[in-house]
Amino acid sequence: MADLKVKIAGIEFSNPLIAASGTFGFGREYSEFYPLSVLGGISCKGITLKKRDGNPPPRIAETPSGILNAVGLQNPGVDHFIEKDLDWLKEQNTVVIANIAGNTEEDYCKMAEKLSDSNVDMIEMNISCPNVKSGGVQFGTSCESVGGITKAVRKYCKKPLIVKLSPNVSNIADIARSAESEGADAISMINTLTGMRIDINSRRPIIKNNTGGLSGPAVFPVAVRMVWQAYNAVKIPIIGMGGISTWQDAVEMLIAGASALQIGTVFFSDPYAPIKICEGLEKFMYENNIKSIAELTGSIKPW
Amino acid sequence: MKYDSQSFKLIKNDEIAKGIFDWTVKNSNLSSVAKAGQFVHIAVPGKTLRRPISICDADKDTLRLVFQVKGEGTQIMSQQKIGTYIDIIAPLGNGFKTEKGKRYCLIGGGIGVPPMLYTAKQTDNPLVITGFRNKELVILQEDFKKCGAELVLTTDDGTAGIHGFVTDVLKEKINEIDEICACGPIPMLKAIAQVAKEFNKPCQVSLEERMGCGVGACLVCACKVKQENGEEEYLHVCKNGPVFNAEEVVF
Repeated sequence: MADLKVKIAGIEFSNPLIAASGTFGFGREYSEFYPLSVLGGISCKGITLKKRDGNPPPRIAETPSGILNAVGLQNPGVDHFIEKDLDWLKEQNTVVIANIAGNTEEDYCKMAEKLSDSNVDMIEMNISCPNVKSGGVQFGTSCESVGGITKAVRKYCKKPLIVKLSPNVSNIADIARSAESEGADAISMINTLTGMRIDINSRRPIIKNNTGGLSGPAVFPVAVRMVWQAYNAVKIPIIGMGGISTWQDAVEMLIAGASALQIGTVFFSDPYAPIKICEGLEKFMYENNIKSIAELTGSIKPW
Repeated sequence: MKYDSQSFKLIKNDEIAKGIFDWTVKNSNLSSVAKAGQFVHIAVPGKTLRRPISICDADKDTLRLVFQVKGEGTQIMSQQKIGTYIDIIAPLGNGFKTEKGKRYCLIGGGIGVPPMLYTAKQTDNPLVITGFRNKELVILQEDFKKCGAELVLTTDDGTAGIHGFVTDVLKEKINEIDEICACGPIPMLKAIAQVAKEFNKPCQVSLEERMGCGVGACLVCACKVKQENGEEEYLHVCKNGPVFNAEEVVF
């Protein structure tokens, strides 16, 4: 059978599917559906230096082929994660990625330092959350700020460092290069696109935060385009995400240039999606005599 | 494994009031028998999100689900044909806690009435107060009578039953009951919680919020509750609820 294993920054994943941060909590809920080892890895709910309450509800709205969310990084804080969740996660036989989000550069550095002393496998630096007032995406929208924060965090981060990029930028290739040149081991992309829905009767935005992050199949073509552009710009591996729902989407994203994949919104319609996507991917590879995921990565033949 | 998503065969789909549909779905391999006040999460063809619907009644291998058409998703659900297989995660959430020997007042408002039927079946001689906007929206009256409940009907405009609010009836009969369970619109739940506090009766309320995963992972269906130490925090309707002690809810 085809080999689904992938290696990102020296870390081996049993398959290329990683649960995307914010859609999967710290894994406990979905472990009531299936063993978490069906996933190559889990990117945990974004954590901050101190506990955060998140935004007032409603925090979600459905859109054509997608959703808008503005949870606002509700989480118990980095220390709680290390003390209460990490050991359990590490027993699940899957790669554990801590996703960190800060208000300030100092926050990111402190968290990277704390997590470097833990047994987490990788750190994903979220500089692309559109739903918090300070920090988040403000670090992710210019080459200077992406480069600056990557450089700063790199000093404290002894684990492989993934930088998660925002699609809300004018030139994704330049942003990706900035992360690479300042020491990112990998990039993950795309976070959500900023969007809005309004109730036409009350004239109120459906989400209390007014705006939210758009995800789901609606953003998939945007994600494919951006992964392709980033693939042409950098040598470090890209973890592709944004609306992947089927095994065909997974193959397409790999061909565009991704070395591994994250899936998120699809869990809400089908909790079993990773199992189905892996089965389809394996069958496709077998039928097309593709021996490894790496053979697919970036195999696009552009016009 | 606590959770399971399964195919249920739709064996009944009737419009029992304007825009309100009454489903019965069947599955012989139900992982666990539903408790009163729990809900199910229904996959809707062509939609990204599932639709959370409260359990109106349950048996060993069937679930009765009564829902109101409110948008595109529930519209699609209402048009499903008998014999169709529906992908449902069930049962979810905590449900109402009821004890033998207590007399319960079960209050439902509008589309909050259905979960009170299954609750009524699990309690002895309950007082059931149902409130609706008007006579066109009245549902499930015969079902409550059949299960032996003392039933009161109210409408906001007086076109059926008592002209008034469920809380008017609750106040009148407050000395006849030990505890309150309620489901319905937030203003109604808030008013019921105030009455319960005033007369020192325990009260459980079932909340609703726009929902994502349905199992507690995505954290979107937040509701504010007061902890024992007085601090307020966001819990989640799908995992920590949908039923909460009225005292802890910050309305």
